[in-house]
Amino acid sequence: MTTALSIRDLGIRLGGRQILHGVSAEIQEGEFIGIFGPNGAGKTTLLRALLGLCPISCGELLVFGKPPGKTNHSVGYMPQRGDSIEGTALSARSLVSAVRRGEFWGCPWPSRSGRGDVSQALELAGASAYADRPFSVLSPGEKTRVMLAQSLIDKPRLLVLDEPLASLDPKNQMLLVEHIEKLRKETGTTVLFIAHDINPLLGVMDRVLFIAGGGAALGTVDEVITAPSLSRLYGMRMDVIRTEKHVFIVSSEGNVTEAACHA
Amino acid sequence: MLEQLLSNFSYDFVRNAFFAGSIAAILGAVVGYFVIIRNVGFAAHALAHIGFTGATGAALFGLSSLQGMLLISCVAGALMGISGNKLHRSELAVGMVLSFALGVGTLFLALYKGFAGQATSILFGNIFGVSHSQIMATLALAIVSLVALALFSRRLLFASLLPELAESRGISLTALSAAFMVILGIAVTLASQVVGILLVFTLVIGPAGIAARFCRGFWSSILISILIGLLSVWTGILLACVSNWPPSFWITAIIFLLYLIGEVLARYVYRLER
Repeated sequence: MTTALSIRDLGIRLGGRQILHGVSAEIQEGEFIGIFGPNGAGKTTLLRALLGLCPISCGELLVFGKPPGKTNHSVGYMPQRGDSIEGTALSARSLVSAVRRGEFWGCPWPSRSGRGDVSQALELAGASAYADRPFSVLSPGEKTRVMLAQSLIDKPRLLVLDEPLASLDPKNQMLLVEHIEKLRKETGTTVLFIAHDINPLLGVMDRVLFIAGGGAALGTVDEVITAPSLSRLYGMRMDVIRTEKHVFIVSSEGNVTEAACHA
Repeated sequence: MLEQLLSNFSYDFVRNAFFAGSIAAILGAVVGYFVIIRNVGFAAHALAHIGFTGATGAALFGLSSLQGMLLISCVAGALMGISGNKLHRSELAVGMVLSFALGVGTLFLALYKGFAGQATSILFGNIFGVSHSQIMATLALAIVSLVALALFSRRLLFASLLPELAESRGISLTALSAAFMVILGIAVTLASQVVGILLVFTLVIGPAGIAARFCRGFWSSILISILIGLLSVWTGILLACVSNWPPSFWITAIIFLLYLIGEVLARYVYRLER
């Protein structure tokens, strides 16, 4: 089993602040990892480091055995939506086509194989039905599928999704999670899924990477989402409330409910 | 009637106007489309005003107004591009710089006394007064710009639509931005010869903006932009020949009319979409 992501004693410093310190984790190929934690904890920073966009101050980070940035073609990245084409009628297909080999020089002339790859990616993401409509008139759920399509263009071995559930209603959240799990089963891609709420991913994740207080904990839901484990991470008393199908993380001090708890 | 129209072409200055106008329209349309998707319309407008300072100050430095305008627009463009995404999208920053530039241009006008007549041409365009050397310069500049765009338009499109993603693939957003803004400086300079600095917006952003409302693909957008630009310039020049009203007026009026029609159609089309 290949190691998709190897993080050893990682430290990242940004703008004078130590965002992450002493983080270690090893993620195997094909795993579905949910990444959680409060805002500003370092989820996006870790993601950027993984993509080679953020320098590492100490420790080691390897993606499929190579330092980040060099293996970017095996990493599919789904950012939170871009708004710059809201004023135009550019279709979803055009958007995805612009991403395919977007870093090459020359004109954005579509080749036959390019068109095929784009159609296939749209099909994989479930966005074929509305691919030729203007992107700006699509619903948030449809836009999310289009953004997923562009991350699948190069048939990535590692799929990194940055809060894809953010603008979706509960039903669409469920549909998206199921779809991604289906893709994972079919292609064996490793999935790193950043989200605010654990609940939509409960039945689907292999393990959880919880980032808080400058550190991180990796393990199954039962290992990591416990009062002692989270209290250690947050540096204050945290409680975990479980119902039959849901998990809630609450802070025992004060009445602040962890942001990860609303659907 | 047709004969009367065609007889205009026997005039040198009409043929020159058509040629220079077409080149400016084509470059304006292509560059304008990227301005739309990159959302830097105000910066484009500002570059034209900053160019005014170059045009008026040129004589003080022994350059032609075209050279002065080109120089200052390209330098200002490069600086805007290098300053990073936020600065040249900040309306306040851009507005302050362009107002100051206009002020300095006014100073240059006052200092170089033989200039007042030319100010009108610079501000409002003088397509019928375009000289042979200006046309050659326009053609050369347009070719250089289009070739440059042809070389990096793929990366530019990608970075304009999804900057975060483009960055993660190793594209330097700053370098791309600076290169694009220099080309924009050129496009703005060429367009202001046709319609003047104050009306550059119509030729650079008008056709592309209208096309962007309807076209689903990149190449169809570029093609329609170019067609709208050429149509406006050609019709504008012809109407100016026939009516003796200034071509800048006709060109901007036609683009405005097409814009209004486009807006009405767009509402109808988008309602169908939902």
